[in-house]
Amino acid sequence: MSEDHQEKRVIPNSRMARLEGFGRNLGADGYVFRPYHISDIKDAFQMAREAGMQITLRGAGRSYGDANIGSECIILDLCRMNQIYSFNRKTGEIDCGAGVTIEQLWRTGMEDGWWPPVVSGTMAPTLGGALAMNIHGKNAFAAGTLGEHVIEMDVFCPNGDIRTLTPASPLFSAVISSAGLLGVITRVKLQMKRISSGDLRVLPISCKNWEEQFAAFEENRESADYMVAWIDTFGRGEQAGRGLFHAGFYTQEPPHSPTLHPDHQDLPDTILGFFPKSVVWRFLKKFNNRFCMRMLNWAKHVSGRLLGNGRPHLQSMVGFSFLLDYVPNWRRAYEPYGFIQYQSFVPEEFAREVFRQMVEMQQVRKLESFLAVMKRHRSDGFLFSHGVDGYSLALDFKLTKKNRAAIWQLAHDMNGLVVKAGGRFYLAKDSTLRSEDFVLSVGKEAVAQFFRAKRELDPDNLLTSNLAKRIGLDAPGG
Amino acid sequence: MATPKFKRAIVVGASSGIGRELTIQLAKQGTSVVAVGRRMDRLAMLAESADGRVFPLQHDVTIYDSVPLAFQEATKMLDGLDLVIYASGVMPEVGFHEFNFEKDKAMVDVNLLGAIAWLNLAAERMEQTKHGSIVAIGSVAGDRGRSGNPVYNTTKAALATYMEAIRNRVARHDVKVCLVKPGPVATEMTANLGIKNAMPVEEAATKILKVADKNGEFYLKFAHRIAFFIVRNIPSWIFRRLKI
Repeated sequence: MSEDHQEKRVIPNSRMARLEGFGRNLGADGYVFRPYHISDIKDAFQMAREAGMQITLRGAGRSYGDANIGSECIILDLCRMNQIYSFNRKTGEIDCGAGVTIEQLWRTGMEDGWWPPVVSGTMAPTLGGALAMNIHGKNAFAAGTLGEHVIEMDVFCPNGDIRTLTPASPLFSAVISSAGLLGVITRVKLQMKRISSGDLRVLPISCKNWEEQFAAFEENRESADYMVAWIDTFGRGEQAGRGLFHAGFYTQEPPHSPTLHPDHQDLPDTILGFFPKSVVWRFLKKFNNRFCMRMLNWAKHVSGRLLGNGRPHLQSMVGFSFLLDYVPNWRRAYEPYGFIQYQSFVPEEFAREVFRQMVEMQQVRKLESFLAVMKRHRSDGFLFSHGVDGYSLALDFKLTKKNRAAIWQLAHDMNGLVVKAGGRFYLAKDSTLRSEDFVLSVGKEAVAQFFRAKRELDPDNLLTSNLAKRIGLDAPGG
Repeated sequence: MATPKFKRAIVVGASSGIGRELTIQLAKQGTSVVAVGRRMDRLAMLAESADGRVFPLQHDVTIYDSVPLAFQEATKMLDGLDLVIYASGVMPEVGFHEFNFEKDKAMVDVNLLGAIAWLNLAAERMEQTKHGSIVAIGSVAGDRGRSGNPVYNTTKAALATYMEAIRNRVARHDVKVCLVKPGPVATEMTANLGIKNAMPVEEAATKILKVADKNGEFYLKFAHRIAFFIVRNIPSWIFRRLKI
C-alpha cells in the first residue's frame, strides 16, 4: 500500500449503514455514530481528521433529498441529544439539546399553554435539523421561520470552538439555514408561543381556481394564524388551481382548558374507530397511480365544495398541524422507487403565473404531482433563507422505473421559472437542484458569505453532505 | 452511455490476468473501479488507458493488517461500493513428486487468506448496507483434489466453501455472492503450462461480469458444467486411478 494513507485511522466497518433521505429517492452508505454528549461530537471530529474523512449531520432523517446523507462520510445522528434542560412555564423559554423533537416540544409545553412557535407538517424533526434547514409552518406568513424564535444556541464548530450564538451574533443567521455545513447545533433555547386552547377554529374554503386560492390567502392574511391550501393539479383551464383552502385561528379558553391535555391532542390510531391506520399505506400504494390520483383529487375537490365549505369547525392543534403524521409510514405508498418533494418559493407578484405554468408543464408531460400544497410566506434575513414575501407550492412526484429522468428534467425546467421570478428553494425538500440554479436563487453574495463563514468555522471542510456536493457547497475555500 | 450495471467496483488483483481484463471491461461499461494490485507501474498504465474511471491502489494482499485501511480508502475513492471482485491468485508450477511448503504457503496466502481478508470486509459492509455483489474467481481445479497441484486445488475448494458460507450469511440481506469457476484461461499465470484451448481472457471476463450480480457458482462453459458434474461424482477409488 502506498505510504500516504499508512497512518490513517480505520473506522469499523460495522458502523456502516445505508441511509436514505425521507423521499427514499437518494441513498448513500456512511459510518453512523450517535453522540449523546458534546464530547462524543468532539471525538467524532477527531476521528474524521485521523481517518481523512468528512462528516454529515443527520437528525430525524426527515429531509426529503440528500441533505442528511453523505457517501462514505461519518454520519453524526444527533437524535440522542434529546434532553430538555429546562422549561420556564411562565415565560415559555425552553432550553434543550438539538436532538429534541418537535413532538417533545409540544408535549412539554402544551398543558401549560405553550406551543412550538413554528412546526413542520410532521412532529418528527429534531430541533437541530429544523434549524439547519430553518423550517417553516402553516403560519410562515405571520410567524416566519423557526430561526426567528431562537433566543440563543450553542454550536460546536469543526475548528474546535463551541460558540453561543444569539440573534445579535453575526454568524447566527448563517449557521441557521445553511443545512448543517458550518457547525453542529448542540443546544437551543427557544421561545414558545402562548396559547390558551388546544383547538383551532378552522375555516375551509373551496376554491374553483388559482384566482380564488390567492384571494382566499390575501383575504385571511391579516386575521388568520395559519393558512394552507391543497391544490388539485389535475384541474385544467378555468378550473386550474382548484382546491381547498384552510385558515386556522387560535381560540380562547379559560385557564387549564381540557383541550390542552395530550389525550385531546393525540392522533387516533384508527380511522372511524376501527380501521387501523398502520395498514393504510398498503391501500394507498394500490391507488398511487395517475388515474386513481386524478379521481382521488377530483373527489376531494368535490367533497370540499359540498361538505363544510365556508363553515368553520374546531380541530386540535396536533390534528391541524401534523397532517403528515396522520397515516403512519405513508411514504411507503411510494415504494419501491420513492418520490421527490419539490417546493419552490415565488414572490407574490409572480407566484400566480409561475404556479400556473408549473402545473401546465406537469399536465403537458403527464407528470402531475399527486399532492400539491400552497402556503403564504414572508421574507427573513437568514443566509440561505427560502422565505420570500410570496407563496410556496410543494409538489409530490412519484418516481417509477421509467420516469426518473423526466421528473428531474421537469424539476430543472420548473427551477428555471422560479429563478427567473426571483424565487427560492428549500434545501430540506430538495433532490434535484443544480448548483447554478442554487447560486442564482440565493445570490452570489450569500454564497461568498457562506464560504467566508466556512473558512472561519470549518477551515478543513469537514462538514459536508451529498446535497452540499450537488449544489456546490463542498468545495474547500469556495 | 447506458447506466452501468455496477456504478462502483473494487477489483483486487488488477495488475494482470483476469483481474486486469475485468477492470478494463468494467471501466468501458462506465463503472468507476479501484484497481488493487502490487505492481503500481502496471496499475498506473491501466488507469491511464481507462478514461479516468480507474483508480490505482497499491496493495499486497498478503499483508493482511493493511487490508481494512486499503478497503476503506478504496470505498472512499469510489464514494460507495456496489461490487468487489477478488481476482488475486497464484499457481506456481509444482512437480508431481514435489512437496514444497513455500509454494504451498504462497498459494494459501494469496488465493485463500487474501480473499478472506478482503471479502470478510465486503460481506460485513454489505450486510449492513443491504446491497452489492461479491465475486471471487475460483477454479474448476477446486472441484476435486487432483494429484497435479494439491494445494492449488485446496485453496480453490476452500474458497468455494467460504463463498457458499458467506452467501448463506448475507444473501438474505439482498447481497449477491458469486463464485466463478473458470477452466484454463489464457493469462500470464497459465502461459508456461502449455495448456491448449485456453479461453481468451477477454471472453472469460465478459462471462464473469454477466453473472457478477447473481448468487451461486458458475462455470464459464456449458461443457464444463457437464464435465465437472461428472468429475465431482466419480468415486474416489476410481478417481485416484485416473490421470486427470
